[in-house]
Amino acid sequence: MPKEVTDVICPFCGTLCDDVRITVSDDNKTILGVKNACAIGAEKFNHQRLPGRVKRPRMRQADGTFKEVTYDEAIDWTAKMLVKSRKTLMYGWASTSCQAMSIGHEIAEKIGGIVDNCATVCHGSSLIAIEDVGVPTCTLGEVKNRADRVIFWGCNPAHAHPRHMSRYSIFPRGFFTVKGHKGRKIYCVDCRYTDTAKCADEFIQVQQGYDYELLNALRTAARGEALPDTVGGVPKEKIIEIVEDLKQGRFIIIFFGMGLTHTMGRNHNIDIAINLTRDLNDFTKCAIMAMRGHWNVTGSGQVLGWQYGFPYAVDLSRRDQARHQTGETTSVDLLNRNEVEACFYIATDPGAHFPVDAMISSSKKPTVTIDPHIQCTTEISDLHIPVAMVGVETGGCAYRMDNVPIETRKVVDPPEGMLTDEELLTKINLKVDELLANGGA
Amino acid sequence: MSEYIIKNGHVFDSVTGIKGDKKDISVKDGKIVDKVGSSAKIVDAKGKTVMAGALDIHAHVAGPKVNAGRWYRPEDKHFDSHKVPGITRIEGGKSIPTVFKTGYAYARMGFTFVMEAAMPPMYARHVHEEIHDTPIIDEAALPVFGNNWFILEYLKNQEIENTAAYIAWILRQTKGYGVKCVNPGGTEAWAWGLNCLTIHDPVPYFDITPAEIITGLIAANEYLGLPHSFHLHQNDLGNPGNYTVTLDSLKLAEGVKPKNNFGREQVLHSTHLQFHSYGGDSFANIDSKAKEVMDYVNKQKNLTIDTGQVTLDETTTMTADGPFEHHLHALNHLKWFNVDVELETGAGVVPYIYSPNVTVNAIQWAIGLELALFAKDPERCFITTDHPNAGPFTRYPRVYSWLMSKKVRDERLNTFKNADKVISATYLAEIDREISLYELAQMTRSGPARALGLSKDYGGLAPGMNADIAIYNIDPDNFPTTGADIEKAFANVAYLFKDGKICVEEGKIVDMGHKQTFWVDAKVNENKQVMHDIKEKFLKYYSLNENNYPVPESYAPHQHILTVDAVQ
Repeated sequence: MPKEVTDVICPFCGTLCDDVRITVSDDNKTILGVKNACAIGAEKFNHQRLPGRVKRPRMRQADGTFKEVTYDEAIDWTAKMLVKSRKTLMYGWASTSCQAMSIGHEIAEKIGGIVDNCATVCHGSSLIAIEDVGVPTCTLGEVKNRADRVIFWGCNPAHAHPRHMSRYSIFPRGFFTVKGHKGRKIYCVDCRYTDTAKCADEFIQVQQGYDYELLNALRTAARGEALPDTVGGVPKEKIIEIVEDLKQGRFIIIFFGMGLTHTMGRNHNIDIAINLTRDLNDFTKCAIMAMRGHWNVTGSGQVLGWQYGFPYAVDLSRRDQARHQTGETTSVDLLNRNEVEACFYIATDPGAHFPVDAMISSSKKPTVTIDPHIQCTTEISDLHIPVAMVGVETGGCAYRMDNVPIETRKVVDPPEGMLTDEELLTKINLKVDELLANGGA
Repeated sequence: MSEYIIKNGHVFDSVTGIKGDKKDISVKDGKIVDKVGSSAKIVDAKGKTVMAGALDIHAHVAGPKVNAGRWYRPEDKHFDSHKVPGITRIEGGKSIPTVFKTGYAYARMGFTFVMEAAMPPMYARHVHEEIHDTPIIDEAALPVFGNNWFILEYLKNQEIENTAAYIAWILRQTKGYGVKCVNPGGTEAWAWGLNCLTIHDPVPYFDITPAEIITGLIAANEYLGLPHSFHLHQNDLGNPGNYTVTLDSLKLAEGVKPKNNFGREQVLHSTHLQFHSYGGDSFANIDSKAKEVMDYVNKQKNLTIDTGQVTLDETTTMTADGPFEHHLHALNHLKWFNVDVELETGAGVVPYIYSPNVTVNAIQWAIGLELALFAKDPERCFITTDHPNAGPFTRYPRVYSWLMSKKVRDERLNTFKNADKVISATYLAEIDREISLYELAQMTRSGPARALGLSKDYGGLAPGMNADIAIYNIDPDNFPTTGADIEKAFANVAYLFKDGKICVEEGKIVDMGHKQTFWVDAKVNENKQVMHDIKEKFLKYYSLNENNYPVPESYAPHQHILTVDAVQ
């Protein structure tokens, strides 16, 4: 009899929906159905049973093809690469568990790795801004229960976080928000008319690259100072109208995404958005939240935070201290400057997201990629080690975009003999110890 | 397990009543015993001071706001990240050290137990992940209740039994230790940008007052008979003139008797009292009311306090008192972190620089010392820095030097930029008392252990107790005279025994010990009403499913569970 697993945590985006229901075959091997998840989340679960999945490590041959090798051979090769390299980029971590990260950091400390996560090409600029000015934020349930003014700025949850709007931000009825959508005023600020804009009560079209100016104008208006006739394509009257409406709100929340972090100004855009939030707290309650995209990228920042005190780009290559300097210890810059001797990628796909020059640099170095799937990075790696899918075939802790940790659930067994991230990293760690005890590779 | 005998040390221990006499301490199988065999390893403690392992009753060392402080302040590590040779990991951070440094630094100072002072229940998994990664020291965490919707609703109707049943449920879900309350009602008000500044300000919507919350939580705590008492951070923290609010709050415990099987004698622990003992009506005329507050505390046997000593450092303030952090940010304009947690609590973080050149900071410094020096019963007054709020815990040795030597503290007092103003606003200059080693052992060992309900096994050196032992390079007959020497002696133990194993030797970590997570499992009558309310709130208002709320067993692999039977 197929059985249903409830309260499953979706392993796709930072929304971490935890109400997914999965039907599993009675031998515990196959997912038969997915309920409650969005299209992307359902696909993530359905991947599990797709034919053609790589089940054993693959090593690149001289002729460029892959040959299947045993896990032991793969572990041996990886450990030797790590021990030999004086400076290794250990990038990724966003689709694995915090427990696995911890073991990875232990390895990094021994072999002098640089641990970086997807924030480096994503909300890294938000983290820099928070390091500069702090951030007043809240949990997603606060938004559901209290928010009556919701602003989406440079983000498009309709596509990137499909259930965000129904679970937390636009539609749900909460304790003090019994009218749900009707009781909230939704703003969408973007340079394009997105599908999120369609759900908004007001779409504010900002001229591309003028987010900083518009945020600055809102601050100015909030303080009652004079404005020019238009700012970033938005008329003065509109800006004043928005600010007056926000001040009437009881609880304002601003969600922002790549439209702010990766347009001109970057961390400065976030900086001023946070300062607007801070200013609005003089009139009413206002919070701001980054729409963290890649599943457990928030968790990587947390674990790095409590172990080393920095949220990403942590350079342990000196082995006796941790350093963090954007532009210096960040992955893309390291690759562009050809500063690392080997690459160790886990639970993400830099090949699909890094600038081409960085990946060209990466492709010339010994590279191991640990990932359940065949993806862009595996195709330029010397070794691809497949692992069980975290949140589907094994559990582990993940952090939601509001930093709330949730222990994910194992739904089905991984293919026979396949290791989890934790098991694999533990074995690599032991092998590294062995090599170091014997004087290196 | 190995046997040890610690020979010829000067023992200071209020459990056995030994005040510096030479006595051999025997250790076997993790416990202190009467005697050991001839093969026992000998630890020579000649000319050294032997005490039980110290307990910190209130520090913010693990969890979401602590970690926010860590990662949003890279500057806290930029000149302080290092690894010492040996088995330790890289350690870093000054005011908010990484988990590794937290464990090592406490152990090096002779601590074996630390209480994380504020755990938001929804973030309990995060707190336990950090506790799991903190080496050597035993830890526990207090979930916060003072702004929790369940509590506000039950106590509005004076439903103590339901409140207790809900507390028991939360302790089990979060692996929590007791009942913490931060700015009762004020943090819920802060979710609308408001605050409760006296114990009679009504909480918006919930229509209950802080006084009712405090009274109700004390009653629920005693109804359950938990090992630790209700643990209170009062309203109106940090404001001039707030000592009246403090006294009003403390008076709510009058006449309440402790009810428990753990040897605990208080019903209310008032934490970081220094922040709550101010007179005056503005920062221009703020003065010390430490005497007034301690006169009251000394009379009331059912109260304990900890000091919250300002150490005059750059630090990172963090508290579940969200409105206070907003207020502080408005004063110093340094970066403000805030998070409001649905249905439960909130928190804020703001860096702060306590400067000896700022009169108010120097007065705060004096008040913290006065509280300890006015305390008649050292078993009820504990030394803390409310780490990291008044200063980092790594400054304990310096705090001890101020308390144990009038000369050292007067040197500090008299060299403040505005020394005259500070002296006239405080009592400190007139106080001659110096805390003795025996009193220090009471304030940092037996006292906190009893207040936490752990006095059966911890905080003393009697046979049968857990072998957590700190040996300092201090010869009581030749006590160091300068501040620097006192500090040095307390900063690095000669030996630290944890559960009968040597973990630190001459300041060097040699073993990671057997770290345990303490939590309290309170059994109560089946309560259909509370279980229904929990189900309903998760369905309607939480953003998380009830089944994903508990802390899994794997987060606390070595548990020390204290069981309480409150079934009636």
